[in-house]
Amino acid sequence: MAYVVQRPELTFKEKAYLPSILNGLKITFGHFKKMIKGETKVTMQYPEEKWDSQLPEHYRGAPTLVKDEHDRERCVACQMCEFICPPRAITIKPEEIPSDNKFAKVEKRPREFEIDMIRCIYCGMCEEVCPEQAIYLRKDYAINGLTRAEMVHNKAKLYELGGVFAGLVHKWNPEK
Amino acid sequence: MSTETAAPVQMVNVQIDGVWLQFPKGTRVIEACRQAQKLIPHYCYHPKLSSPGNCRMCLVEMGMPKMTPDRNPVVGADGKPEIAWIPRAQISCAQDVSEGMGVRTNSPMVQECRKGVMEFLLINHPLDCPICDQAGECKLQEFSVEHGTAESRFLERKVKKPKSVELGPRVTLDAERCILCTRCIRFMKEVANDDVLGIVDRGTFNSISTHPDRILDHNYSLNTVDICPVGALTSSDFRFKMRVWFLKESATIDTNCGTGSNITVGSRENVIYRITPRDNEAVNGCWMPDSHRLNFKYVGSPERLKEPVIRPQLGEEGPTWQQAINLAVEAIKRNAGRVAIVASGRSTNEELFLVKRLATALGAKVDILPRSGVADGMLIAADRNPNTSGAKLLGVATGQFGEIVAGVKDGSITALIALGEDATKAGLSEEDLAKLDAVVATDILPNKTTAKADVLLPVSAPFEKRGSMINLKGRLQRLNRVVTAPGSARDDWEVLRDLILGITGSNGLHSVEEVFKAMAAETPALAGLTLSRIGDLGVDISLP
Repeated sequence: MAYVVQRPELTFKEKAYLPSILNGLKITFGHFKKMIKGETKVTMQYPEEKWDSQLPEHYRGAPTLVKDEHDRERCVACQMCEFICPPRAITIKPEEIPSDNKFAKVEKRPREFEIDMIRCIYCGMCEEVCPEQAIYLRKDYAINGLTRAEMVHNKAKLYELGGVFAGLVHKWNPEK
Repeated sequence: MSTETAAPVQMVNVQIDGVWLQFPKGTRVIEACRQAQKLIPHYCYHPKLSSPGNCRMCLVEMGMPKMTPDRNPVVGADGKPEIAWIPRAQISCAQDVSEGMGVRTNSPMVQECRKGVMEFLLINHPLDCPICDQAGECKLQEFSVEHGTAESRFLERKVKKPKSVELGPRVTLDAERCILCTRCIRFMKEVANDDVLGIVDRGTFNSISTHPDRILDHNYSLNTVDICPVGALTSSDFRFKMRVWFLKESATIDTNCGTGSNITVGSRENVIYRITPRDNEAVNGCWMPDSHRLNFKYVGSPERLKEPVIRPQLGEEGPTWQQAINLAVEAIKRNAGRVAIVASGRSTNEELFLVKRLATALGAKVDILPRSGVADGMLIAADRNPNTSGAKLLGVATGQFGEIVAGVKDGSITALIALGEDATKAGLSEEDLAKLDAVVATDILPNKTTAKADVLLPVSAPFEKRGSMINLKGRLQRLNRVVTAPGSARDDWEVLRDLILGITGSNGLHSVEEVFKAMAAETPALAGLTLSRIGDLGVDISLP
């Protein structure tokens, strides 16, 4: 059902229009004065300036792979992330760790691990499902490239972004 | 099968979870429960093997009929015998049903027993699930979800055992994961008749091992991997290649010999990863030989023929299919009356039916290339052609091979159509082939005949096409598509249809189902059948 909106009755001052303009200019000049004096700062000059230090701990940026404190690849290529990934951005090619390797006991590792960052939706399901705490969404959000191929993060790139995480998974340590 | 002299099967009344049912005497309790839709969790029990009763997972509550002092069953108010329940749980795998027996498969005591057994089995089991190949089809995982607890109360150190032990060329053992059900030992002893496996060491250090002087190299060794309920025995070939939950499982049949074992093929994104036997009592039971199950690598070979080839080449680009077919038809017509066809016993019935039509249209001599090996007395037949019976039924296996060879040599045959077979393997030399006016070949991989072919048409491997085959015992079985053929390779029957089309005009066949229908109409043994009516387990037909 249609209904009528009552327009407010304007006073003469409001109808005259100019006082409001002047009022607005007063506020603008007030800010301008503060800017000149350097009292406020409203614009951040991205990318020269970034807000990265303010990102919360739970921020979900690009997924990365991490190594443990013994320089072992945490990932054992169980492919759970590949399975859970909603946009199917992850492709893993597993391989057996050769018996002369220091970590031969772990038996399996990824030969190649690719995350297509064009497909990735930063949902964090891979991090949640990982039984080895090997994949983490870190604070890298500016993922760019000039070709589609460049947007695919391979194993080397993922470890470069991920770095080292100590603790949490101890089952492959010598004592256990 | 019942004969007049056979004793009638005695049925006994058994109460399972309160319901009275009848089973033939001699049925194991676990089997009776399965038939009554009550699945009892088990590890060591396997319907094809003896029951050692060592995993204790199949514990159920049992009872026998209550007896009066003069040994008559006490009859309850419902007219059925009353049951005196045994106060402790019994294993259902090592007990046959008997008259008036009662079974409780899900009572509180049974549930408590299963929980306890599960906890014991998991005490020393490593947390290998992320890397274990069995994960996803592991009975330990399944029953742990159903009957186990989420957390372990075991705080002590787990027993360490050897991991990644090569028991033989195709089987790798992880002793830590083993629950010592002894299925593999019993399989090797009772089915493969090669008693190489056993348990060594004592107590918690028990582990599976081969005889010190022997390795597990029997041609049926990979069946131990199939029946292993956990990830202790793994296939060295499939190990760490792909997680099982990614595999698309397709039911088809083995084409390595005349037995036609039923198989399940696991593939992902058009790549075949493994082949496992599929249960079919009429053909292969639940086993298959290693040599056959590992013979799938050629399907993904980079050597595969992908595009039609004509010699001499027309221009820069290869010919289109239509150009290649036209050239083949032209070459065949040019040599009308002097054409011979080398057919294949690896072809499906549908293909062979079209081969016969082609041969009739051309008045050509036709025969299949024989392929024989040594029978192993189990599941490998001496005839390594999977469809010799079909070729005989459809009149393609004529025994004219000698005449074809002689004809080529004396010049009375001037054109040869080789359908998926290398003619040089049957007495023809490369010089003989070079002498011919035209060689038309279809194949999946290059060989000496395809090298000499004037027209070479790429076709599909057995895993890439649909159709039917008849094994040596006369069982008609279906072949299903698992992966798609590479490049522009086509189904064999389509190529044959196009050749016939070029030579005789229309034949109105547009799908492999229609080819089967046309074949069934002309072949009395296949009357009334369609491709879909064959089903996954096949049907017996009477061969003339």
